[in-house]
Amino acid sequence: MRKFGVVLLHSYLSRLKSKSFMITTALFLIFIMAVGNLDFILNLFDGDGSADQVAVIDETEDIYPWLSEQVEQGEHGFELVDFEGTVDQAESDILDGQYVGLLSLQADDQDYFIANYHTDQLINPSVQNQLDNYLQQYKVALATNEAGIDQEVIESIYQPIAFETIAIETADGRTARSEEEIGVARGLVYVMLFVLYFAVLTYGNMIAMDIANEKSSRVMEILISSSPPISQMFAKIIGIALLGLTQIGLFFVVGYYMIERVQDELVGGFFEVFGFSEIAVSTYVYAVVFFLLGYLLYATLSAMLGSLVSRMEDVNQLMMPVILLIVVAFMLSMFGINMPEASVVTITSYIPFFAPLVMFLRVGLLEVPVWEVALSIGILILTILLLAYIGAKVYRGGVLMYGKGSSLKDFKRALQLAKKDK
Amino acid sequence: MSLHIENVTKCYGKFTAVDQLSLDIPEGQIFGFLGSNGAGKTTTFRMILGLIDATEGKITWEGEPINYQRTDQIGYLPEERGLYPKLKVKDQIIYLGRLRGMDKKEILTELNKWLERFNITDYLEKKVEELSKGNQQKIQFISAVIHKPKLLILDEPFTGLDPVNVELLKNAVVELKEQGTTIVFSSHQMGTVEELCEYLCIMQYGKPIVHGALKEVKRSFGKKNLFIHADFDLSFLKTIDGVDNQKLTPEGCILQIENEDVSQAILEQLHQKGFVRKFALEEPSLNDIFIEKVGESYA
Repeated sequence: MRKFGVVLLHSYLSRLKSKSFMITTALFLIFIMAVGNLDFILNLFDGDGSADQVAVIDETEDIYPWLSEQVEQGEHGFELVDFEGTVDQAESDILDGQYVGLLSLQADDQDYFIANYHTDQLINPSVQNQLDNYLQQYKVALATNEAGIDQEVIESIYQPIAFETIAIETADGRTARSEEEIGVARGLVYVMLFVLYFAVLTYGNMIAMDIANEKSSRVMEILISSSPPISQMFAKIIGIALLGLTQIGLFFVVGYYMIERVQDELVGGFFEVFGFSEIAVSTYVYAVVFFLLGYLLYATLSAMLGSLVSRMEDVNQLMMPVILLIVVAFMLSMFGINMPEASVVTITSYIPFFAPLVMFLRVGLLEVPVWEVALSIGILILTILLLAYIGAKVYRGGVLMYGKGSSLKDFKRALQLAKKDK
Repeated sequence: MSLHIENVTKCYGKFTAVDQLSLDIPEGQIFGFLGSNGAGKTTTFRMILGLIDATEGKITWEGEPINYQRTDQIGYLPEERGLYPKLKVKDQIIYLGRLRGMDKKEILTELNKWLERFNITDYLEKKVEELSKGNQQKIQFISAVIHKPKLLILDEPFTGLDPVNVELLKNAVVELKEQGTTIVFSSHQMGTVEELCEYLCIMQYGKPIVHGALKEVKRSFGKKNLFIHADFDLSFLKTIDGVDNQKLTPEGCILQIENEDVSQAILEQLHQKGFVRKFALEEPSLNDIFIEKVGESYA
């Protein structure tokens, strides 16, 4: 057991102290801080604070005051300026960069008015779309006014209708989850999906890399002559898991701090927006359970595959199926997040490789009977044990095996090497 | 008998790597394993260490098979360098030492002693990949002996070292032996084996073709080497009965003769011919025995 600790500590510390780990973590933290301070950074680039200006030549004389007011109220990041001069003058000013565009409005007998927008920036159509919208409204107002319809009537026509969904209570007093609850759970499921996906890809790969590295540097032979391969494999898995928790923990702490800081700017704060506080405790517990089981499952698989290759270059090739599995799981759950009751979601929530994501999604979004969850967790644990058993055997033989290797044949060879054929 | 190998066979599928090997390796001695590449030396070592299981037979050390409860008493230097390239020498040895049940303080005192002995004290804080191959081998050796093992297994410890370093390592091995360590090692360098080992075993296709105490092996080989330096042509000696082989040298020739008596017949022949500068009868070298025995089974 002492040696288990030594290996665990070594895999944890040697990674923690490595430059690549520090750099990745630092980059991530910078990224989180950047996102947290996005408003500030964007303002920095807008610099002088003077908004883009759109020149307007209004021959109707009526539209400009109204439109200018609308644009100002809408806060679209540009403002209108009454331009005194010819179209040609305005165009040359646009090319000089003084204005982003020119809106010229002419009265028209048939269509009330005609609008032309001159610009040298066709890539970003947001300004002309906004102007188009307002002018459309203005035209409707003009037309309805002419037809003698009251302004209030128009407003009530445009008012959205009241549409609310009401969950029906069942006999035992339970209701289906309300829309708010589901929205909230969906937020948590999203977070969990990304974290688990990220963790499996990153740390699973790390484990496989570590083992392949020990094999290619041949230090493995010394290691397994000092302590049992099985204990080494699990020490490594847990060591990397601790590393992952350290890293993710760090992200969460910094992320939480950033959210706290900018909280006031967000309406009601992040946690209320996603509504994390409204989720049942059991959902959190499930999140932790499924995360740990999911990690263990994929980590064991990675360790097993890592022990089969003898060069670092082969790791990626062998990790391909693992990555495909987690990608499929991810896509299933992305689909399931909108249709949690689809039968494909129900079925895949029992398949161990997908269960951590898909079953958690079901638990989060639906009322799933406890036995179903228990069954899924049971299958998951059984699979992990089975994989650990096979993995330990393959590991024992695989670490002594050197060659081109990365096929099923090697898998068999490794098992054969490990076999106690006495 | 300290290390006992009894009728051990190891098969990889249809391929038999070690075939019915039986050896007794006495305690506190240096035992040399010789054999051409692929003769089964490394497989035997791995079976001794318990890394792989024998298909048949059993290996015991002090009466019991080697398992993970006893690995702290065993040192192993694998054939290929096995160190973390990116890790500093210090961290490396600390990790490997702790895996052998030592604590950090002990490891550092021992490590400093060894580094001083090998004249590489500046390497303590260096990464292994920055060291030369020879110095890496020294670090590898330190990692195998730092925990003062009772049984030390060295798989080709001297390859890739210059003569000065070979000497340095040899002295260390002899010293460990004097302290009571049982040492098993394999090598291609016959000279080294001859110098260090009291007992040896030559393997071929997984079978021991020669094994026993060095003196015995030489004596039972029977053949001797005869070195002759003379002013006249010596090629006629080849035809004499009992001469197996003649190798001409610039100053004369080396003859391999079947037994001591043949040398006297040759001496008589030479007597009449002219001036003989050197006439020396010597024990066969291990090299001769190896080439003869291994060559035989090739043919």
